[in-house]
Amino acid sequence: MTLTETAPGASEADLERQFEATIARHDRIEPRDWMPEGYRRTLVRQIAQHAHSEIIGMQPEGNWITRAPSLRRKAILLAKVQDEAGHGLYLYSAAETLGVSRLELTELLLAGRQKYSSIFNYPTLSYADVGTIGWLVDGAAICNQVPLCRTSYGPYGRAMIRVCKEESFHQRQGYELLATMMRGTDEQRAMVQESVNRFWWPALMMFGPPDADSPNTAQSMAWGIKRNTNDELRQKFVDMSVPQAEALGVTLPDPELRWNEERGHHDFGQPDWEEFMEGVKGNGPCNAQRMAHRRRAHEEGAWVREAATAYAAKQRGAAS
Amino acid sequence: MDDHVHTTPEDEHDSAYSGLLVNDAHWAFGAAPVPDGHGEDPLAGVDTTIPDGVDAATLATYALMLGDDALVMSHRLSEWTSNAPDLEDDIALSNISLDLLGQARLLLARAAKADASVVPVLPEGSPVPPEDALAFFREAQDFRNVRLAELVNGDFAEATVRVLLFSTWRLAIFERLRASRDHVLAAVAAKGVKELAYHRDYSARWFVTLAQGTDESRRRLLAALDLLWPLWPELFDTHAFEAAAAAAGVGVDPTSVREAAEGVLEQVLAAADVPRPEAPRRVGVLGRTGRDGMHGEPLGRMLAEMQSVARAHPLGQW
Repeated sequence: MTLTETAPGASEADLERQFEATIARHDRIEPRDWMPEGYRRTLVRQIAQHAHSEIIGMQPEGNWITRAPSLRRKAILLAKVQDEAGHGLYLYSAAETLGVSRLELTELLLAGRQKYSSIFNYPTLSYADVGTIGWLVDGAAICNQVPLCRTSYGPYGRAMIRVCKEESFHQRQGYELLATMMRGTDEQRAMVQESVNRFWWPALMMFGPPDADSPNTAQSMAWGIKRNTNDELRQKFVDMSVPQAEALGVTLPDPELRWNEERGHHDFGQPDWEEFMEGVKGNGPCNAQRMAHRRRAHEEGAWVREAATAYAAKQRGAAS
Repeated sequence: MDDHVHTTPEDEHDSAYSGLLVNDAHWAFGAAPVPDGHGEDPLAGVDTTIPDGVDAATLATYALMLGDDALVMSHRLSEWTSNAPDLEDDIALSNISLDLLGQARLLLARAAKADASVVPVLPEGSPVPPEDALAFFREAQDFRNVRLAELVNGDFAEATVRVLLFSTWRLAIFERLRASRDHVLAAVAAKGVKELAYHRDYSARWFVTLAQGTDESRRRLLAALDLLWPLWPELFDTHAFEAAAAAAGVGVDPTSVREAAEGVLEQVLAAADVPRPEAPRRVGVLGRTGRDGMHGEPLGRMLAEMQSVARAHPLGQW
């Protein structure tokens, strides 16, 4: 942790030099440190998008809580979706250290001015999807997020450590559900394969567009906000997933997927980036549904939040 | 296995978590698949002997009653997930739902262990454990829960009042159930008392806040109280199985905790400046109510949804 001591009257150029030096030392920037406006804006955008993703991400899995096929699975799923709400809380808190409130960010989300991960715009159509989301979607999220534990902004990095520990647990639980189903009936095995077929490509899309088409990557890496490029992380994810799919007994739906001895990595095909862009633009299969759900819950809760505020004000009035 | 992690200087300065930042093998994606962890017996390691002189069917049915209350109430609360007024309340309601689900699992498993004849018979070779056979393969008329638990969810005021009434009543019962001669019921109660004390505290705080917040929140709270009040007396009826379980020293007669529960509720009503409602009790059908398996229309729908996947795969592994 560094609290940069700044002499009164230090020029903007001095402040910027100190900031750059902190980044170069791989040290953390903390809330009271000076930071360039662009750095602050980029962080708010990224942390808010991440927080929104956790909150919207409660919906696709929440879709199966009331139909979980055993009490044990119901407890696991309910606890997992609850963890996602908790991750949203940590991340909104991290964003608040940059001078924005949770309510402001929520309103930006509801107005369509901030995004969330497009993966949550895919529907969950069978109970196997609960397992696949744990295995592939949380697995991809972990690949993206573990490097963020070392991100240059302190509160974000510390939030990510907790998030990653829990995501890792979720990924195991998802994999374990699929492994259990694969030992069950033929119908269950078919259900798992069908689910993997639907989620494999969207999981690859979670790393973002190819590096050549990713406009923000270079600056984010220079600032130490991002630590790896989209393509590096995607490769890592594919390499890790292949042996896990084999152990599970499912086929990954990519005819181009094969080991490349020379590169020491798997070669693989490209997801449908046009479909990805449609999702980003708001035309994905569940965008409208997810946003309507969040807006309804937020609006239906307005009278409760107002009551809490009014009650707190009365208590303060009575105390003074 | 070498699980010592060497930290690099880069990471050592900042936190107790520093070791986690370096070695990616820590994360699940670097690890081998988890071993078979399912199918555990929730009562493993607990003395499940039926106490001397206790009728097995009485003990099983009594455990089912308490278990079904928790199972059905937990299900309704789980429907709040991603729908609560704020993140903190989303988390709190799923916590309460999870606590009750945990109680339900132990109580259903206890019922099955005490008297296997209460468990529905599944096709030959079905791996479904007894707690799930009871939860997912019984019809509505076999559920023994009180009707308060099964109502379709209303607004947040309704959830607040329902949790307050339910937890005030159940906590009063569990405080006495800790002295049950049945080791399992005593252990479930000892753990449950702490959970229910939190549920009651959470809902009582919201009860006062909504009553004293805005005109609208007070109006909604009073409406919710009027809506649920007719089902409050049913909680203190004594069913024949409850009387028998109480006489055998394994259960609690709900009538015996009425005064204690009413006393707590009076305090909350007074703190909120809310008058005690006057609405009369809701009768049953031919004198039968929830404990007799006589429910309202919503329970059948709730179970149709809850049981759909499990019933489609009676030979499935989950």
